[in-house]
Amino acid sequence: MSTETIAIIGNGISGITAARHIRKLSDRRIVVISAESEYFFSRTALMYVYMGHMKFEHTQPYENWFWKKNRIELVHDRVEKVNPKRKELLLKKGKPITYDKLIIATGSKPNRFGWPGQHLKGVQGLYSKQELEQLEADAPDKEACHRAVIVGGGLIGIELAEMLRSREIPVTFLVRESSFWNGVLPEGESQMINEHIREHHIDLRLGTNLAEILSDANGRARAVVTDKGETIPCNLVGLTAGVTPNIDFLKGSGIALNKGVLVNRHLETNIANVYAIGDCAEQEHPIGERRSVEAVWYTGRMMGETVAYTICGKRRPYNPGHWFNSAKFLDIEYQTYGWVKSERSRGEDEMHFHWRHPEEKICITAAFRTSDRKFLGINTFGIRMRHHVLDRWLSEERSVDYVMEHLKDANFDPEFYRPYEKDIISHYNKTMGTQIIPKRKSWMRILNQPSS
Amino acid sequence: MKTLKQTGLVLFLIGLAVFSALPLLGTFSLTSSDLEKWSQARGTKSELFAEALQQEVAGKTFQGMQELSPVVAEALNEVNTIHRKNKEYDKVIYTKATDMAAEIGKQAGTGFIAENKGLMWWATFGLGILGALMFILPNVVLLGSKGIKNNGIYHRNATNRGWIAWVVFFYLIAFYLVLYFRPQYAVNWTFLVDPISETLSGNPAGHWFVYGFMYCTVMVVMGVRMYIKYRHNRYQMIRTTSVLFFQIVFAFLIPEIMVRLQMPYYDFKNAFPLDYDFFFQWNLRSLINSGGIGIFILVWGIALTLIVVPVMVYFFGKRWYCSWVCGCGGLAETLGDPYRQHSSKTLLSWRIERWIVHGVLVFAVGMTLMTLYSFFSDTGTVLGIKTSGVQNTYSLLIGSIFAGVIGTGFYPIFGNRVWCRFGCPLAAYLGLVQRFKSRFRITTNGGQCISCGNCSTYCEQGIDVRAYAQKGENIIRASCVGCGVCAAVCPRGVLKLENGPVKGRINPTEILLGNDVDLIRLVKEK
Repeated sequence: MSTETIAIIGNGISGITAARHIRKLSDRRIVVISAESEYFFSRTALMYVYMGHMKFEHTQPYENWFWKKNRIELVHDRVEKVNPKRKELLLKKGKPITYDKLIIATGSKPNRFGWPGQHLKGVQGLYSKQELEQLEADAPDKEACHRAVIVGGGLIGIELAEMLRSREIPVTFLVRESSFWNGVLPEGESQMINEHIREHHIDLRLGTNLAEILSDANGRARAVVTDKGETIPCNLVGLTAGVTPNIDFLKGSGIALNKGVLVNRHLETNIANVYAIGDCAEQEHPIGERRSVEAVWYTGRMMGETVAYTICGKRRPYNPGHWFNSAKFLDIEYQTYGWVKSERSRGEDEMHFHWRHPEEKICITAAFRTSDRKFLGINTFGIRMRHHVLDRWLSEERSVDYVMEHLKDANFDPEFYRPYEKDIISHYNKTMGTQIIPKRKSWMRILNQPSS
Repeated sequence: MKTLKQTGLVLFLIGLAVFSALPLLGTFSLTSSDLEKWSQARGTKSELFAEALQQEVAGKTFQGMQELSPVVAEALNEVNTIHRKNKEYDKVIYTKATDMAAEIGKQAGTGFIAENKGLMWWATFGLGILGALMFILPNVVLLGSKGIKNNGIYHRNATNRGWIAWVVFFYLIAFYLVLYFRPQYAVNWTFLVDPISETLSGNPAGHWFVYGFMYCTVMVVMGVRMYIKYRHNRYQMIRTTSVLFFQIVFAFLIPEIMVRLQMPYYDFKNAFPLDYDFFFQWNLRSLINSGGIGIFILVWGIALTLIVVPVMVYFFGKRWYCSWVCGCGGLAETLGDPYRQHSSKTLLSWRIERWIVHGVLVFAVGMTLMTLYSFFSDTGTVLGIKTSGVQNTYSLLIGSIFAGVIGTGFYPIFGNRVWCRFGCPLAAYLGLVQRFKSRFRITTNGGQCISCGNCSTYCEQGIDVRAYAQKGENIIRASCVGCGVCAAVCPRGVLKLENGPVKGRINPTEILLGNDVDLIRLVKEK
């Protein structure tokens, strides 16, 4: 059993986390195949390479000797076909690889919704290392790229805008929604981000769709046409309208597919000994209020860890806890814990408390159940929160009043930062008619230690 | 704005060029009677040396120290040879030829530089400060709104080990070599700051005063840069103010004023073993002979190392010293900030670091034990090893070459904390306390880390912060100086420097927060 071969397709966070934990737990042979890069890197950091904060090598969390030392074999090649019957992977360049167990962790690819001109030169997403290299080639500076148009107002879209602005390239940002990311964010927050995007001299076009990308004589994008009939000349078009599982190579393999590779709670596919994790996996039954496909860094990491246990004989379901996430919108850090729904998806029984700083781009929104004031979640912009504390409050089903009273315990801003709890709670008391006095920060409560 | 910056850069470079040319310029001449006066004031016992100087130096004019210096050195060597031959050991001059040349040069300086100190100060320091500020201040506008300002660091020649970085590297090394080993070429620099020195201590400036003044100037100017770059970050603002305060007041002003008050020159924040000669015989004697203040300094110096330092590290981590108070740390955090990303993050560097830095600590402590033994038992050797030989070796290798030449010279290529990380014995000592008994930690915020690596890239101490953060582990490392930049550059709010209960400081990380597993089952399975 110990010489069993585990093949992992994809060396992103999910595949590599699986490989690391399988090695921790067992002596099995591990082969990781990736066409994208020789070594694991953090794609979340690609933007910082373009912006000059880092070099590509800094995005690699492990030194190159790590893989050999941990006997994780790396194959830099593309898997063209999976043959589950023969337990074989056909590669583009190298010899086929046979496996005993297979983990599919191929991640995502940018959505292309069939726009005319979407495959022209100078049109790209921003997901892979190759796309970063393409961007460096097509938009090295403002002389070579007079304007870029970004299509799709999500997290990658705003990152791409920030990247291009770091080289002073003019950016037009087409967002389908009437306000930035308002399918996810409540109105007040979405409005604040709109303002911040414009502060950064990004030409934000809300409620605007891409109709067509126009080509020049060399098959390169020269302009986009919007659904409002406007033609915007540009040298680069960024397609950032979300991502979709990267699973085309699995068609016809017999592995059940929908949007992604269908898996059960144990991350097992319909075929024995074949698993799927990370962005490319689709839960047959969504877990709680989570989406069935979750293209989030930490869920990939958690799935990788979970599948490693299952493969090493300690079968375990994937059981994500309370939802959390974070992002950065230009200069504004965003964190969320629990569920704070946008107007679009909010139920009748969910109420929000919103506070915004009078001058700065700082705000919070706490969601709670109207009927019993149970705390549902919190969004913070420009204030950092302590994950452990909020996670515990959600588990303990605390009331929103309790959360406000103990808000200082949850603050995670650097030392000496101005505290906002006083303002927040006085606003809370005013709007809610309560008389809460904020409690002092307590390490005992934070670390959940019984008071001695 | 851009023109202002460019003009500033040109002015700065002119100031720097004049400053750099000074060691080889200037006219030096001494009349016979001035030489006689100096000789007597100095109290050199060798009449031969006085005669030799009268013959070779008096009444002559030298163009630049490069002409005067060899003459002095030759005279000194010849005279010493004769004295040794005649066994007149009390007449042998132990002052190094370079120092003697510097002393005579200081007396002999005439001509434009020595006579126009104020003007020359403006042509060097003045232009440098003005130009640098013109280069830096426009960033208030150019850097835009608050936030992290690391755009283009790896695109720019100067901050990405390009030729500019290499020029700065060699320039700094050359500067430190002159400062430590060829002080006679610093004589013209001392003229520039004579008026300031005379105001403070009443004495003309020596080359160490030049260095001290320059150190403060550079820190203030680059501190302004730091204030602008991190103006959204109150931790950085307060910390920068703190290092500037301790450098200017404690390291520069107080010691000079103490000299004016006939007290020993002492920097109250410079703790042994960084202050490695605190227990040297000459220092102990000078302190003991200085009355009440000397004894106070002696007691304070010992208490600082044995009580104040470890207690403060227990409560706040070693950052209270290394990045809030220390002069070396202060320069690293201001002048060195543009280079912080160059520290090596490899496991190999960490291994080397631990050997070397603890090795230096052992060396410093061993040397001091020898020194104290020699002092109290009044012998020059311990177990057949000459104490002064060990002291001289330490002073040369660690005090001058490691702390100075390498410590600062290596900034542009190897990062701003080479000395603090690999060499400083005090940092090694503080590190041991911090690692094993302290309330300080960098807390990792549950499962929020996205492994981007900004923290590791900008850690000046070469700590692979990400390796801990992505596992959800708190960062408890001996070498962390608590500069707070990892927490500043983190885009997801994952890191927080804080002081809290010792219990729970090293957090359990079996399972990353977010993945809800049945912990009881997990424990049973183990």
